[in-house]
Amino acid sequence: MSSLTAWIVVGATSALCFSIKLFGYYVPERWLAHPRLQRVNALIPISLLSALVVAEGLVQKTSVVIDHRAAGVAVAVGLLFAKAPFPVVVVGAAAASALVYHLH
Amino acid sequence: MTDDRRQTVRDALSVAVTVGTYGVAFGAASVAAGFSVLQTCLFSLLTFTGASQFAAVGVVAAGGGAASAIATASLLGTRNALYGLQMAPVLRVRGIKRVAAAHVTIDESTAVALVQSRRGVHAMRLGFWITGAGTFLFWNLFTLLGALGAKALGNPASWGLDAAVPAAFLGLLWPRLTTTYLRVVALVSMAFALVVTTWLPAGLPIIASVVVAIAFGWRER
Repeated sequence: MSSLTAWIVVGATSALCFSIKLFGYYVPERWLAHPRLQRVNALIPISLLSALVVAEGLVQKTSVVIDHRAAGVAVAVGLLFAKAPFPVVVVGAAAASALVYHLH
Repeated sequence: MTDDRRQTVRDALSVAVTVGTYGVAFGAASVAAGFSVLQTCLFSLLTFTGASQFAAVGVVAAGGGAASAIATASLLGTRNALYGLQMAPVLRVRGIKRVAAAHVTIDESTAVALVQSRRGVHAMRLGFWITGAGTFLFWNLFTLLGALGAKALGNPASWGLDAAVPAAFLGLLWPRLTTTYLRVVALVSMAFALVVTTWLPAGLPIIASVVVAIAFGWRER
């Protein structure tokens, strides 16, 4: 990633995310009250976060790869089932992944 | 301070501190993805909506282009518009205060405010502002720490930082999966992302997964 690309991502993401927040304070309620819009909007974070888990944990460029990261994700799943708090999940996953990375 | 007021402040501060510390994970992920420390800090100061920030650096780390990163982050931010819609009649703010309110309108500030509703509108406002401002402060502080830490550590894979990112997404996703239906949506989205990975350019499968949300949300259940 070039420095210019990074600046574009930071600038445009910030501008758009803030505009979206401000938009909520200006639009009449009925605009966003459509049931279909509400239903889809409630599911968007779930679909995107799910896809991000896969893209970051199991994909390298455009192919599916099972490597040290998968070990980290597996540990994260276990910790989440055990109701571990967020920082423990992240650190646990990192530790497992680093361990597998160095063993290889 | 009355007991009710004290309880609201306590609710707000505990959320602000807890969520704020997650900024460490973002700061580290962002630097590992190739953003500078300055860019990482500006992300947290200006975008200030955790999942979108993680998504933007996540798409870049996955090899996706700028447009894909920006679009994914923005789509994740659309729920904040619905929060603003709910908060506007409670806060009744104008001018610069409205701009400030919008900037700190996130999952946490809205949730704490709505939970205070039985204590009245003043408690809701207090909860919103303390959670919003507190999260902003701690999130930015910990972003800087995470960014500096990752920079000092070097090779992200050596420290497991490349696995910390999907773990963070999983940690953000998990509490949302409150019903079987939502768990099905998550699993189908993951399967969809895996299947289209080999066909689409890097980064695009993430935003393409929105079609799963549209397919499931289209009709009333």
